[in-house]
Amino acid sequence: MSHTETPAPAQEFKLAARMRPQRSLWGNAWRQFTHHKLAMFGLIVFSLFTVVAFTGPYIWPEEVNAPFAFNTGEGPSISHPMGTDSLGQDIFARILYGGRISISVGLVAAFVAITLGTLIGAVAGYFGGFLDSLLMRITDLFISLPQLPLLLLITFLFKDSFQNKSEEITGSRNFGVFFLIVLVIGLLAWMPTARLVRASFFSVKEKEFVEAARSIGANTSILMFRHILPNTLSPIIVAATLEVGAAIITESALSFLGLGFPSDVPTWGAMLLGANNYLQIYPHEAIFPGTLIFLTVLAINYVGDGLRDALDPRKTH
Amino acid sequence: MGRYLIRRLLISVVTLIAISMIIYSILYLAPGDPLGGLATNPNVSAETRQRIRESWGLNDPLYIQYFKWAKAYFFDFDWGTSISSRVPVRDYVLGRVPVTIQILGTAYLLGVMIAIPVGVISALKQYSIFDQVATTFAFFGFSIPTFFSGLLLILLFSVQLGWLPFVYDSTVTGFWPNVKQSIMPITVLALFGSAQLTRFVRASMLEVINQDYIRTARAKGLREQVVVIAHIMRNAMIPVVTIIALQLPGIVGGAVITEQIFRVPGVGRALIDGILAKDVPVVMAITFGVATLVVFFNVVADILYAVLDPRIKYS
Repeated sequence: MSHTETPAPAQEFKLAARMRPQRSLWGNAWRQFTHHKLAMFGLIVFSLFTVVAFTGPYIWPEEVNAPFAFNTGEGPSISHPMGTDSLGQDIFARILYGGRISISVGLVAAFVAITLGTLIGAVAGYFGGFLDSLLMRITDLFISLPQLPLLLLITFLFKDSFQNKSEEITGSRNFGVFFLIVLVIGLLAWMPTARLVRASFFSVKEKEFVEAARSIGANTSILMFRHILPNTLSPIIVAATLEVGAAIITESALSFLGLGFPSDVPTWGAMLLGANNYLQIYPHEAIFPGTLIFLTVLAINYVGDGLRDALDPRKTH
Repeated sequence: MGRYLIRRLLISVVTLIAISMIIYSILYLAPGDPLGGLATNPNVSAETRQRIRESWGLNDPLYIQYFKWAKAYFFDFDWGTSISSRVPVRDYVLGRVPVTIQILGTAYLLGVMIAIPVGVISALKQYSIFDQVATTFAFFGFSIPTFFSGLLLILLFSVQLGWLPFVYDSTVTGFWPNVKQSIMPITVLALFGSAQLTRFVRASMLEVINQDYIRTARAKGLREQVVVIAHIMRNAMIPVVTIIALQLPGIVGGAVITEQIFRVPGVGRALIDGILAKDVPVVMAITFGVATLVVFFNVVADILYAVLDPRIKYS
């Protein structure tokens, strides 16, 4: 189901090729991607969630941390599309707020991890030798670190000081938590990308076109980032996509354990933590945020699967 | 092989020492006074505080403190005393291990036992209904966070049906009640572990199925059963075995969350309690314990790969 290998009949294909304007490599990948039904479904779901979460507060201006009301634990209705939670707050408004955080954390953390991994992998792969073995030893060391315990420990220990520092600089304490979480997730997740990029750099840097570019006087950074990097992008893009989903789960897990954002910030994980105590009486309080985490991550994983198929040179027809 | 093994083990020891330095430095650099409540207690004079600092060695430079800690930790097996519960950390942590191993071990075995046949059949019957259902389940399985699948199970089996208890009670005795309260935590972890492994088994099988030597095996008239078991699976399982070893520490992460949901008094819960109580010795012991597991299983995976795949030359 994850593959759409239904080549058009040969004749039709030939005819189409003659009539259509020339396609770019990326155009080909996109065409391949659109044939992957679940990946398209994932892309649509994720885009929809993102747009709704970021425009939501303008359309649905309900207060997120409303003072205690008497309509606690109501089921879905017109005035509260997802019902209210144990404090009588509108779940839909909180879901929108949490969605903004989850999606931002996912995207930024993946960006941090991929940038770091790409830089380290590119330097190791391009220069080789001592620098390569040093960087790869560091990569091995980071792979051996106990990920989850360290993540919990670092966020817990450094949260206060990041909050205070951020209040000084930006005036927002929550930005400090955001910064800390994306930084720690990024720092603990760059290693697979570094290995991928290093391997690709090793093979691409020996190609003739790199030699040609060097012979006309391209300097190191031009060679690395203009000539080699674009040819190693496929695995990076797939890794980046999957990392977004992984980061969303990690952030939700942190919040669920009470170690992420402070309790007045309604992230999806924090909402689940709150719902945990009222499972018997208000099950909908858990089901909405949980389902949204699940659907978001599922959508991203399908997009990643589709990209893997579309960008795999062995699969182009 | 002998030399390869020795080199590999030496690298692991160096890695572990480096990891212990990293964890120690993080705890050292963390803001906040290690004296905890004593630092702000008005009844403790500045002089006394200074003396406590001196006796705890807090005035020494970082590396001296680290060496003292490492000597106690590695050579005297003295892991310190838990700040919150005032018992030796070693007894406290090791006392938590059996429950975790019981649940984690069962879940992991179950996960492997599901993933291998499902992955193999999926690959042999690629694009069949079975494959599509299995793939969908796998995608669902690793997209659903363990803290949500756990809550869903509680909602269904504890709240709605009332079949299973949703709080794990370590004082419960007897075989059947223990099985009953372990079912949900084990299911959550097994589902998560088997989802990823199924995809991996399937991919590994597909890689081998199209090789020339498989066509050769069929061409010389071997029975399908022999081709699948002796030719395809035998090769496809090499990377799978190593992944099984490599994935285990990742499952420990899942255990932290699962133990929190079902209130299982295992190592994962001890870690969370330790972090929340700023109980540095407990956190250090558990974090480093997990690190040791990761490094150990990395070595196991490497050795298994070298033993199973004769194409790999160990030098």
